[in-house]
Formats: sequence, C-alpha cells, structure tokens
Amino acid sequence: MNILVFLIPISLILGGVGLLFFVYTVRTNQYDDPEGDARRILSGEYDDKPKQ
Amino acid sequence: MTATMRPNISACPACNAAPAAEALAEREAQKDVRIALSVPAVHCAACIVAIERALADHPGVTSARVNLTLKRATIEAEPDVMPEDLIGVLDRIGYEAHELDVGTLSATQTDKAGRELLMRLAVAGFASMNVMLLSVSVWSGAADATRDMFHWISAAITLPTIAFSGQPFFRNAWAALKNARLNMDVPITLAIVLAVVTSLWETSLSGEHAYFDAALALTFFLLAGRYLDHRTRAIARSAAEELAALEVPRAFRIEDGEERQVPVAELTVGDLILVRPGGRMPVDGEIVAGTSEIDRSLLTGETIPVYGGPGQAVSAGEVNLTGPLTVRATAVGEETSLHRMADLVAIAESGRSRYTSLADSAAKLYAPGVHILSALSFVGWYLFTFDVRTALNIAAAVLIITCPCALGLAVPAVTTAASGRLFRKGMLIKHSTALERLAQVDTVVFDKTGTLTAGAPEVMNLGQVSTRDIGIALALAESSSHPLAMSLTSAARAAGFSPEDVSQITEVPGYGTRGVWNGREVFLGRASWVDAPRISRTAAWLRVGDEAPQAFEFTDRLRDGAEEAVAALKAAGKDVYLMSGDTTAAVEEMAGRLGIPHWLAEALPADKAARVQAMAKEGRHVLMVGDGLNDTAALAAAHVSISPASALDAARVASDIVLLGGDLEPIGSALGTAGSAIRRIRENFRIATLYNIIAVPLAVAGLATPLIAALAMSASSITVSLNALRLR
Repeated sequence: MNILVFLIPISLILGGVGLLFFVYTVRTNQYDDPEGDARRILSGEYDDKPKQ
Repeated sequence: MTATMRPNISACPACNAAPAAEALAEREAQKDVRIALSVPAVHCAACIVAIERALADHPGVTSARVNLTLKRATIEAEPDVMPEDLIGVLDRIGYEAHELDVGTLSATQTDKAGRELLMRLAVAGFASMNVMLLSVSVWSGAADATRDMFHWISAAITLPTIAFSGQPFFRNAWAALKNARLNMDVPITLAIVLAVVTSLWETSLSGEHAYFDAALALTFFLLAGRYLDHRTRAIARSAAEELAALEVPRAFRIEDGEERQVPVAELTVGDLILVRPGGRMPVDGEIVAGTSEIDRSLLTGETIPVYGGPGQAVSAGEVNLTGPLTVRATAVGEETSLHRMADLVAIAESGRSRYTSLADSAAKLYAPGVHILSALSFVGWYLFTFDVRTALNIAAAVLIITCPCALGLAVPAVTTAASGRLFRKGMLIKHSTALERLAQVDTVVFDKTGTLTAGAPEVMNLGQVSTRDIGIALALAESSSHPLAMSLTSAARAAGFSPEDVSQITEVPGYGTRGVWNGREVFLGRASWVDAPRISRTAAWLRVGDEAPQAFEFTDRLRDGAEEAVAALKAAGKDVYLMSGDTTAAVEEMAGRLGIPHWLAEALPADKAARVQAMAKEGRHVLMVGDGLNDTAALAAAHVSISPASALDAARVASDIVLLGGDLEPIGSALGTAGSAIRRIRENFRIATLYNIIAVPLAVAGLATPLIAALAMSASSITVSLNALRLR
C-alpha cells in the first residue's frame, strides 16, 4: 500500500497540469476562432509564433 | 508577415469606441484605430491568407486578422485609413465586405461570463474525475485507514472546488431567498452544501459513506447545462449584434459649406445634414434643399415612395431614394420619432413577461417537493432512531438523489440542439424562451411591405405596352437610379427589348426623367408630372409628346419562400393574417396572391398592436412577422415574433427571432422544429422523474449508498443528453 504515497500525488499533479494548460488556453483566447485555426494549419505562410 | 506584427496598441476595444479615446486618437497620429469588416464569403485557408495579405499590403495598415468562425476581419490601421478603401481592396480580390461598427461590436468581444463558466466547469470536471477515482477504490473494498485517507484526500479536493465552482448556484439561490422565492438553485445549493457537510462529519467519525464525488458530479453536470445554455444565447447575441453593427451610425454634416463625416450621436438640433441617395435619415428634420423621393415603407408600410422637397418634414429611418437632400435637424437621438416608438413597445411588451418557461414551472413544482420530502425523511428517521447522524445522512441522500441534475440539463440540451439546427437554416433565436413560445403558436400575422415582399418592385404589364414605348421608356429609365426605373430597365432588358435613341436625357429628382426622341419631348415619371390619371397601383408613366400617357404598372416582388411559408403554415392548421399600413387595393391583391383569408389594410402602428392584443385576449398565441417601425409595437405585443435581417434595428430588437437570409421558408419548418423540441423537453422531464421514482424510495428507506447516487445521477444525465440529440 506504500505505493499510494507516490501514486496519488502523481495522479493529482498530472491532472492539475492538464487543468493549468486548459486555463492557459482559455486566458489566451484560443477558443475565439476554432474554425479559422483549423484551416490556418493548411496555409503555406509560416511565422515564428502564433499571431495574437 | 511578421514585419507587420506590431504590439496591439489599442488592447481594449471599448476604449477605442469611447468618444474621448477617439478624440485622443485623433490628436496622437501614432495611435492606431481598429476597423472591423464583415466578410461573408470567406470560407477556406486560401481566403484567409489572400484577405490578410491584401489588407496588410494596403498602406497604413498595421495588422489584419481574419476570424473564420465569425467571418470577420479585424484591422489595426493608422487613423487616416478609411474603411471604404479597405472594402475596395477586398472587392478587387473578389470578396464582398461590409463595415461593422466597432463600438457596437466591442460589447461582446470578450465573453467574460462564458469564460468564467467554462473555467468553473473545467475545475469541477478535474476535481470530480480525481475524486471519482478515489471513490471507486472505496466502493471496491478499501477499508479502515485507507478508506479514511481517501475520504480526507477527497475532502481536500472537494472543498476548494465547491467553493469556486459552485458560486453561480450559491449566488442565484441567495438572490432568490432574499426575495422570498424558491428557484431551482435553492435545492441545488442545499444538496451540495448538505452533502459536503455530512460527508465531512462522516469522514471525521471514520464513517463508511461519503458523498464528495456526488457533490462534485452534481456541480459538474449542472455547470455543463448552464454553459450550454449560455453558449446558445451568446452565439445568438453576437450574431444579433453583428446585424446591428452593420448600420454604422455616421452622417454627413455641413460645416461652413463643407461636408464632414461625423458620428450620429454628435448631431444637434439645427445642424444641416446631407443625405445622399440610398442613405437613411439620421434625424427628424425638414428638407431645406434638394428634391427627391423618399421611401417610408419601414415606418408606415407604404410601398410607393413619396415626393420630398424643400419645406417637407422627414423622420429618422426614412430612406432617401433619388436626389441628394439637405436636411435641417429638428429632433435628434432620443427625441426622434424612431425612438419615441420605443415607448409604444414598452407598453405593448407583455406577451413575453407573462410567459413562464417550462424549466421555471418545473422548478416551481419541484423545489418545494424535494425540500418537504427530505425534511420528512429527516424527521421520520430521527423519531425512529433518535440519532441525528443517521437522520441527517438520509436527508442528505434524499436531496442528492433527487437533485435536478437531469432537470438542469433537460432544457438547455434540447434548446442548444434546436437553436443550432434553426441557426443553420438561417434563423437566429434571440430570446431564451422563444422556442417554447413558438411551439404554442396557432395564429400567424404577417406584415406586407418588406416582410412578405422583398421591397423591390416588379413590372406587371410589359406585354401590353408597344415595343416603341418600351424602347423609349428603357432609354429614359436606364439613366435613373430610382427603384422603379431600375426594375423597368432589368425587366425590359431581360425580355430582349433594346432602347430607342433618346437624346438630352435629364433626371428631375422627385419627378422623373425627360428627354428628346425624334424631335418630340418624352417623359417617364410620376402621374402628376405627366398629367396622367391617378390609379391605385404603383405606376410609372410614359408620355410621348402630346400622346395619352402610358402606364407601367408595378407590383411588389414576393420575398423568396413567402408562398411556401404561407402554404406550410396553412397546411399545419394555423390561422394566417395579413396586416399592413399599405392601401386596401395593394393589401387585398397580396392576400389574394398568397391565399391569405384574413387581411387588414391601412393599419396604423397602434391598430396592429391592438389587433394582436385582442387576439391574445381571445386566447390565441400569435406569431407576428414584421420588419418596420410600424410593426414594432405589434412585434412586442405578440406571443412570439420574427423579423427579417433587413428590418429596422428597433424591429429586430423587439422580436425574439431574426431571419438571417432573405428567405421566408424556414418559418414553416421552424414551428415544426420548435414543436418537436418541446416534446423532447417534456420527455426529458419524464425520464428525470422516472429515475427519481426508482431512486427516491431507496434513499428514503436509508438504502442508498454513494454508489447508487452516482449511478442514478450519471445515468439520468446521460440519457437526457442523448435524448436531446435525437431532435429532428
């Protein structure tokens, strides 16, 4: 049962990291134009970072 | 592309719209302005690239970004870049664009409430998954110290999550209780709080049953329902706002003999305003110079344009058709007749507020029911065992089991599916209970001009006029932009006629066009100008020299789908009425053409509203379809109302549903969709009740375990959501 001491914190941390990523995507307006973002991947124009 | 990427200076769109900020932007030439264009044709990756590149190449443009979901381009540019130039740029590469008013759009640019709900939903989802993992271990046999530890960890996750994610429910419940009312959020809050409190108590006593997972799953499912509901309304709201933003409130004011473009809000009484042909009057006023014809159909329902010349009064909302007019403002903003009509709307608005939504009426039955049931089981078990702990545990189990998870999803899941379906057909559901009210409709009232008709005239008697006359008329009509002349031109061209040789053509705004043909003077214009008799129909008259004038008769072209919509409504057994401010002859003809049995002509705005209210008194549920200012009161008085996208802003605001395309046909099928949506909602209520009938006796008898609660809750929520997807 000692394994629980590792496993439970690990599962919580992994879940928490996922949650933080989600919060980040919401904060940076990544759901404003889902259709456009899906199509932009097909365009031949590359730039260093996503446009704001 | 990266070279054009400068940091976004006006990060706050609302600041841009504020007049103070605008003035500031003008002083500091460096400050960029934001321009929004609606580009309805954009649909692919290549379009995005082409539009962004074309806009970025335009001098003065700092950055351009296309939003494909909204079909909108947002441009940051130096203040001297005019939206018209950018529209021209897009026109050259083959995309039609319209300017959007940034001030109107900015209100919903960041959907704060939606983002907040989404965040709470995500946190609740994360927490409930983790706690569920721990709970499953407990249910599958973890005992003693391990179980206690799992319960304590669950508590540590649950408490902060509930405190954060449950806030919308707590707030609503508190607001309801403060006003001594009960709503759905009161039992929800009570169930969540009671579940957490008893579980904490049980955990501290090393008890067997803890309901942490139930409290979290409850919060998660209910938040999902709230979020769906919010999304549906946010999409409708942003689409409605885009329609409003298409009318950019700008006017040309004459200052020291020069015209200057100013926002309508800055106009004051006494200003001289230039209204170009095709433009809408921004204010109430009096014509001081110029002659033209004025289309008053949106205000009165009259199809035939009226003559406008110096000294004549005009009202805001009227459209100037042929010649430029200079108007002296006599009333601006709130004082205009357009705005005064809003008072009529306020008086008439009752159909909506009288209606209680299905969810509310369910809550009214449900909330007291579960409270009484749970209180009774507490009292019963306390008298039976004299043990507060057992009694409280069972009362909490009853509240959790009966908690309206499925009820909370029953309505939003269906309305989301139905609104999405109707949106794809071109109908925008603006009001949250509009679907439910639409399903009850038994009487449909149509306005004529601009609603059943497209507002474009169509020539009727081309076959009865001599080829010579058509040729002369065509030559004269081609040089005019009057709607009758343009319609005559396209009809004659389509029928294969060619113009006669007419020279010295001049247009006399407000009257018609004159010219010289074979040495004789020829006229095409209104009856009084060519000494023709008045007839009841809309007509343009042609006079060749001293010959008797020849009439070209016009009728209003039917909007696409008008016949189908009326036929479908009649087939569905609805009573169809036609009410118009137009002349008796015109209305009677239209009613005959569409097979509408009941009609009312020359109706004043107040008449229309009174008739609709009288029908409501008879117990009818009236659907009003209208577009003009004269319809707004009737739109607001009706049980549910629809207006086309071409309608006046005031009419769109007063109606529950907006037709986005020019086609009327979706109205017929919308009633069907609304009907089946309501049937699904009722089915969902029955499913939720069925689960309660099975689970509640177990809970009251003290046999419910957290596992049974979790199963009942998830199963009912999922069944209800799946049932909503069955919507056809």
